Amino acid sequence: MIFSLCLLLILIGLYGVVVSRQTLKIVISLLIMNHGVHLLLLLIGYREAGNPPIVDPAISIAEFAASSVDPLPQALVLTAIVIGLGVLALMVAFCVRLYERYGTFDVTEIRRLRG
Amino acid sequence: MTIDVQALIPMFVAIPLGLSLLIQLVARHRHGLAEALTILTLLLLTVMSCYAIGYSGVYHLGGWPTPVGIDMRIDALATLLLLIVSVVGLAVSLYSVDYMRRFTARSHFYSLFLLMVTGMNGVILAGDLFNLYVFLEVAAIASYSLVAFGCAHEELEASFKYIVLGSLSSALILTAVALIYGITGTLNMVHIATRIVETGRDTPLLLAFGLLIVGFSFKAALVPFHAWLPDAHPSAPAPVSAMLSGVLIKAIGIYVLARLAFNVFGIAENELSLLRWLGLVSMVAGGILAAGQKDIKRLFAYSSISQVGFMILGLGLGTPLGLIGGLYHLVNHAFFKSLLFLNAGTIEYMTGTRQLKKLGGLNSKLPVTATTSLVGSMSIAGIPPFSGFWSKLIIVLACIESGHFGFATAAVLVSIVTLAYQLKVQRMAFFAALPASLKKLQREPPMMAMAMILLATGCIALAFAVLTGLRDPWLIGAAQQVLTAGTFGG
Amino acid sequence: MNTPRKLPDEGLDMGVTVKTVTRWLKGPILLFGIYLVLYGHITPGGGFGGGVVIASAFILITLASGERASLQLFSKGVASRLDSIGLLMFLVLGWLGTGWAGSYFFSNFINTPEAAQFTLLSGGIMPIMNIALGIKVASAIFLVFTLLTAFHIVEQELEDRLCAEAHQQESNS
Repeated sequence: MIFSLCLLLILIGLYGVVVSRQTLKIVISLLIMNHGVHLLLLLIGYREAGNPPIVDPAISIAEFAASSVDPLPQALVLTAIVIGLGVLALMVAFCVRLYERYGTFDVTEIRRLRG
Repeated sequence: MTIDVQALIPMFVAIPLGLSLLIQLVARHRHGLAEALTILTLLLLTVMSCYAIGYSGVYHLGGWPTPVGIDMRIDALATLLLLIVSVVGLAVSLYSVDYMRRFTARSHFYSLFLLMVTGMNGVILAGDLFNLYVFLEVAAIASYSLVAFGCAHEELEASFKYIVLGSLSSALILTAVALIYGITGTLNMVHIATRIVETGRDTPLLLAFGLLIVGFSFKAALVPFHAWLPDAHPSAPAPVSAMLSGVLIKAIGIYVLARLAFNVFGIAENELSLLRWLGLVSMVAGGILAAGQKDIKRLFAYSSISQVGFMILGLGLGTPLGLIGGLYHLVNHAFFKSLLFLNAGTIEYMTGTRQLKKLGGLNSKLPVTATTSLVGSMSIAGIPPFSGFWSKLIIVLACIESGHFGFATAAVLVSIVTLAYQLKVQRMAFFAALPASLKKLQREPPMMAMAMILLATGCIALAFAVLTGLRDPWLIGAAQQVLTAGTFGG
Repeated sequence: MNTPRKLPDEGLDMGVTVKTVTRWLKGPILLFGIYLVLYGHITPGGGFGGGVVIASAFILITLASGERASLQLFSKGVASRLDSIGLLMFLVLGWLGTGWAGSYFFSNFINTPEAAQFTLLSGGIMPIMNIALGIKVASAIFLVFTLLTAFHIVEQELEDRLCAEAHQQESNS
């Protein structure tokens, strides 16, 4: 159920990328899509009423593995978010530069390349 | 002096990354130093990848064993790709010395260039899916900025298109990685492969595999997903186009596709036929679109799409001969397409135009460019003594061997189209009458000539390499073994 | 359009309240960031989180008192050099691991005694790596922010100059 909400977020982003005419709106849509993916990755590590993933000497490893949440996805998501931040900064820089060159944010007017 | 190849594995990533940072620190305003450092780095990487030939093994980063730590894996296929990246990168960095003089902030170019090499080497050596994704993004971010390096109208527009489609495909790939982690509980490619063999392939896994195929088809510019390539590759500075078309789409597109399909997922017949059809469509559409182009670099960009189709067709056959043809064509294409892009760059650098109509008779003015371009064109068109002929022959033979006569016919027809548009370039740029505006043209600068001669020699050497053992070229055969056996590293 | 406009770094003055609060807050924010970086190996936080907090202190100064004030503290050249130095430190630490104990890249070559667990000086190379990462992230995020706002200023200056020239031509004719 919760995964379908991530899917919804991804699809909203995808819709925005396809439909938007403004470069900045496209960037925002891509951001929404990316965050949908990050949420999906994060939720994979979730376990209902799970323990924090810190090893307690009192319980066995097997018991620990069965009861704690998965600590890996949050590390992966952090990395993915940082990468997303880098791409986002670059995209915004391109948008600003495009605005300097073409004087518009409208992608239908930014069309010098054809064929 | 003996060096353990095992200890070299992380250096393929660490050395270009470190040098990229060092250039930012010490050589920001000393462009000569930046050039020298880049060329030395690529030379070192070439020597290292030659040294790693025939080795296969696993490297545990930080000494942590496989389920806990991060793995790097090397085998014959990875070595082949490392060798291509290093050699083409070396030629391109030699070429950039003269070509990049027109640009300001050249040290940033070299820094980004080394970062792209870092990313590609990382993708080639990564042993788990998430690191593969990270290095993929490193290479992709470097290439986005390199495409926009000149900051002119077309470059920014092309780069924006590239970055939007690139991040879209990256999001798809990350979704697939997340799904695979959720299903199999591991990210290590070898563990995923064993897990899939144990449990079989269910629907979510197939969805993940489909997402991966779509994502990497974007990166490899297969036809329904190719929209960014004909804009991004011609708009970039010539050395970057050569690197993007020659190496990047293979290292982060085709290589990963082949690795995941054959080594991790263990591809089935219906997926093979999907790859074949993708290959066929790109081959035909790319070829037809290339024939109609008037801009020389745009023509080569469409031609790249068409040739990528050949490779995917070869891989999609799934037979040992088909795999060998696809991989051999991959190596050949890395050499001749980067050579052709460097030729186009020289023409643009010397004459100031890329339009075929305004060119002509360059044969007498730019002899090195004309000769090397002839070698490149004949190779890509598949004229018998040159390397492209042999790889296309192997692919066609493999099609016939496995009973796909339609694909074989299409491959032959597309090679004829390739010959046609390459002859058009040769005739209009090098053999027609010299326009009056180009009468005072000078010879090409020495470093450019050197880089082009290096790549042309590579093209000819590859043709001889296949002649020494027709069915089983050295190193490529080993790489093909890796894909057929379905193992990765150690 | 013809009214002369101020450049944003002079015009972006947020008033006495914001400036005073920023003057009080920038020290604690910076300190919190440094704490997060230094204690990253034993408490939540670490190089990335702490670096972002440090960068946010400088971003706050930019927002409150204008670009010039923050660039006096942390110039672009320094930030860009620190950016490279941070990652280079990380790489060199990884490389040192190959020559020492485990002889693997990124192996933890500093041994800390068992008794030192959960203190500041434990975890081998982890605190040093966190510091390297903190330097890198703080300067990189500050640099991204500054460069993206600098685009705006260049454009504004250009527009102002064009406006002034047009104005002059009008008055000449």
